[in-house]
Amino acid sequence: MSPRFLLTGDPLDERAVAAQLESDGAGAVVTFVGRVRAHSRGRDVTKLEYEAYPEMAEKVFAQIADEIRARGGIIDVAIHHRVGTLGVGEVSVVIAVSAAHRSPAFDACHYAIDRLKQIAPIWKKEHSPDGAVWVEDRP
Amino acid sequence: MLRTARGQVLARRTSNRMRVTVRLFAAHREAAGTSTYIAELPAGATVSDAYVSVCGSYPAIARSAASAAFALNRAHVRGDELLNEGDEIAILPPVAGG
Repeated sequence: MSPRFLLTGDPLDERAVAAQLESDGAGAVVTFVGRVRAHSRGRDVTKLEYEAYPEMAEKVFAQIADEIRARGGIIDVAIHHRVGTLGVGEVSVVIAVSAAHRSPAFDACHYAIDRLKQIAPIWKKEHSPDGAVWVEDRP
Repeated sequence: MLRTARGQVLARRTSNRMRVTVRLFAAHREAAGTSTYIAELPAGATVSDAYVSVCGSYPAIARSAASAAFALNRAHVRGDELLNEGDEIAILPPVAGG
């Protein structure tokens, strides 16, 4: 069984992340899958290079899950994020949330990805034919 | 007696100074050319003091990003947090996960 919170250099499997949240009480499992886009801010993207503070990132994922549980109505949360060099179309992040009903699951999944972009110690360098830049725009 | 006196001086110096590890990431890491920096600071120093020390050794860090956040022993903190011997500080440029 894969861990709830994971930072890894290996490709992510969104189905496996969601499957670990299946339980008899979970009437809804909402999954968010983040993928590398071919275009960003008017530039062609050839690849993204993700870097993290690994010892802290998984702690922050767990903190985000705690925040979600405190909001209520949620059974379980899993957050997996990839690091290293990713090509266009590759999956960079998978977030899955289970709940008895769909509405809190959708809300919590939305909250989790927004919060991850806000506080997780992860950075990305965007490579394009013009060169490479560290992305610093606020979500 | 000389040895004793020297020993006392050394002990005093040790207690008044501390060493902390500073972790650098992304644009900061590239600007400094290293991912880890050992800062020697006086007792009572803060996270901001460690940041100033790193910028003194690697001025490119101060130029490389307008704003930075800090973590102390893997938890977000403000710059006025006090440091202890052996602490791990991270200087976090604006994040961009997801």
